[in-house]
Amino acid sequence: MNMIPRFKWLPTPYRSLLLFIVWLLLNQSAAFIHLFFGAFLAITIPWICYRLRDPQPLIQRPLLTLRYLLRVFADIVTANAEVALLILGPIKRLRPAFVRVPLDLQHNLPLTILAGTVSMTPGTVSADIYPTVEHLGPDDPLPQRWLLIHVLDLEDEAALIATIKSRYEAPLKEIFQC
Amino acid sequence: MQNWMEWAVAFFLLLGGCFVLIGSIGLVRMPDFFTRLHGPTKATTLGMGGILLGSIFYFSMSPETLSVHEMLITIFLLITAPVSAHMLIKTALHHRLKAVEHTQGEQELKRGQAFASKEGNRSETPEDQ
Repeated sequence: MNMIPRFKWLPTPYRSLLLFIVWLLLNQSAAFIHLFFGAFLAITIPWICYRLRDPQPLIQRPLLTLRYLLRVFADIVTANAEVALLILGPIKRLRPAFVRVPLDLQHNLPLTILAGTVSMTPGTVSADIYPTVEHLGPDDPLPQRWLLIHVLDLEDEAALIATIKSRYEAPLKEIFQC
Repeated sequence: MQNWMEWAVAFFLLLGGCFVLIGSIGLVRMPDFFTRLHGPTKATTLGMGGILLGSIFYFSMSPETLSVHEMLITIFLLITAPVSAHMLIKTALHHRLKAVEHTQGEQELKRGQAFASKEGNRSETPEDQ
């Protein structure tokens, strides 16, 4: 895992790229002035904000990130269809459940992404991550943390946990190398 | 060409409208807070996606303009939907809302509630297992 950026003047290159694209989309134009000002903002904003943030793991594998994004996007579409069917089907036959998933990730940024992904994908909403760091003393070792999720229609708890861990958590671990 | 575009716009608007409607139906039909949360977080995402795609097609029909603002709405929606869902469900844990009776994993819910509310501080951390 690496938390120290390679260039001081460009601490988070992918966020800069995102800002640049968002600026161009906002203006709906690729004229020189927009390119120039977009690049200026994309470099300045992360540079100013970098000192205000807690250090977070950086993306180490951009290609894997892209693959992860596409996979999540496809899963969102299937999740929508699935949940739509469940909503229209018989309510009595739903098997709602709370499940907790043991977490291997430790850092806030990957955990946030994981929780968000779980909320957007088939039949699950992430409810809580515990214990939080605030529950610990300064010298306590980091305990096993859990992600509490609510499932709309639970079929097999072990299978669900295995899917979340292999499909979403493992790629995140590789992307951030932590 | 024009005709084909109109069909695409109509298709995406209808698709999006259907999904938003289904999400709202879920809000009414589901038995408790936790299950009710699923409709708006998921079904509505694709619904909004469909409506925005329709919008992109419609506003790109006029010559020389390509409308891509909607992509931004999609991105922001995808980022904010899970966050708001998470805040809602966490509030529900704080307030110890009851889940429907046949909800499995009740002890997981109890443990989550204990951690979410103030009793879950360090002195009386619920034991694992």
